[in-house]
Amino acid sequence: MASLFSKYEGLAGSLSAVVAAGGRNPFAVVIEKPLSSTVGVIEGRETLLFGTNNYLGLSQSEHAIKAAQAAAAACGVGTTGSRIANGTQSLHRQLERKIADFFRRRDAMVFSTGYQANLGMISALAGKDDYLLLDADSHASIYDGSRLSAAQVIRFRHNDPDDLYKRIKRLDAPDAAKLVVVEGIYSMTGNVAPVAEFAAVKKETGAYLLVDEAHSFGVLGEHGRGSAEAEGVEADVDFIVGTFSKSLGTVGGYCVSDHPELELVRLNCRPYMFTASLPPEVIAATSAALDEMQAHPELRTRLMENAARLHAGFVRLGLNASQRVSPVIAVTLETVEQAIPMWNRLLELGVYVNLSLPPATPDSRPLLRCSVMATHTAAQIDQALEIFRQAAEDCNVPLSAKETAV
Amino acid sequence: MSETVEGVSALIIQKLLSNPKVPRDINGDCKIMEDLAFDSLAVMNFVMEVEDSLDVSVPLDKLADIRTINDLAACVVDLKSKG
Repeated sequence: MASLFSKYEGLAGSLSAVVAAGGRNPFAVVIEKPLSSTVGVIEGRETLLFGTNNYLGLSQSEHAIKAAQAAAAACGVGTTGSRIANGTQSLHRQLERKIADFFRRRDAMVFSTGYQANLGMISALAGKDDYLLLDADSHASIYDGSRLSAAQVIRFRHNDPDDLYKRIKRLDAPDAAKLVVVEGIYSMTGNVAPVAEFAAVKKETGAYLLVDEAHSFGVLGEHGRGSAEAEGVEADVDFIVGTFSKSLGTVGGYCVSDHPELELVRLNCRPYMFTASLPPEVIAATSAALDEMQAHPELRTRLMENAARLHAGFVRLGLNASQRVSPVIAVTLETVEQAIPMWNRLLELGVYVNLSLPPATPDSRPLLRCSVMATHTAAQIDQALEIFRQAAEDCNVPLSAKETAV
Repeated sequence: MSETVEGVSALIIQKLLSNPKVPRDINGDCKIMEDLAFDSLAVMNFVMEVEDSLDVSVPLDKLADIRTINDLAACVVDLKSKG
């Protein structure tokens, strides 16, 4: 009889090879204790955290911690139910109002995770007779949402508004509803979407536009409303989806929109309906973190300064860093045989980053994916850069000679 | 313009052979993932190229039923005949 696990044989072989090449499983790292937003204990060693997406450092916010403690004391630690049954407390509606007001939108839906926000919105919006147009480098949650929908799904070339336009025209379906999905900042590469150009295509073709600001919320735009704010095209974006688990340091997802039908989407959105809502302490912490983010715009300034410092350091070392400076900086290596030992060496020397292997990377090359925080000090960034230099040397990863560059 | 499965299959093979990593002895019955060692992303990227070469839209949900090069060719011919 066939084994359910025979399909895992290939994965087992790949994982064994990764472990054999570096000595540990990169996908089973345990942070034994977070000491601050920027330092955690891993394998008993104090390790600089450069791969946590905790852009503003708010996972350790005193204000948010106190709010969570107070909410747990007052309301308990869980809701034990769905948003459409017993899982909506006053705190949930208050947070939705607050998120909607922050984005200057009519309403907001709060989901239990960011993954579920994309899964839920995309599958609820795009039906059988509709078209979904996805950027080729979309996050898994967007692809999974497209599979849960019954829509016809077409990919367009990454960050290429002209290609989107061409593919919409090729459909030759002027009367069909179309939903275009892009991300503000792409999580693997740090690439920033040309949202204004996508908005222009949306307007010309009569499509709807959903922007996933998961990695750009709290990061881009004068007020932190993301890439659409940064490019001045918020009015052309129909739906903004995002997560609390990056810049706000908690967990949960949201969608904001001016479309009044959002109230009906709540009743046709399986990942919203068929799961328990967020517990009171998470809602309260998220609300407090949002207050803190708004009260401290200097966090965004510091984040961008830190991103620029790390990026410039990589360029100076001769590492192949992302072209655009953003809080996600991916160092591209040529081969998996280089990437695995280097990632292990970085961890041994005291820096944690994310190891991304193909096919989870866009161009079949491996990435050492770094994310920067507002709370990193200049000394921590410089130390991380020195460790990158040392690890590259120890692992014979060639550095192109750019030592003279500033 | 009507296209045959054989004609589209030949064109797909020609496109595949321009990639040096693809085995030289492929034919229409080859399984795209197993025989060509394409991962899911490589398949989607290749289909995008086929869409541009043949000016056709191949929705992602169609890929679930496609295993061989001839399956892809038949799918393209079917989509074009409907267009």
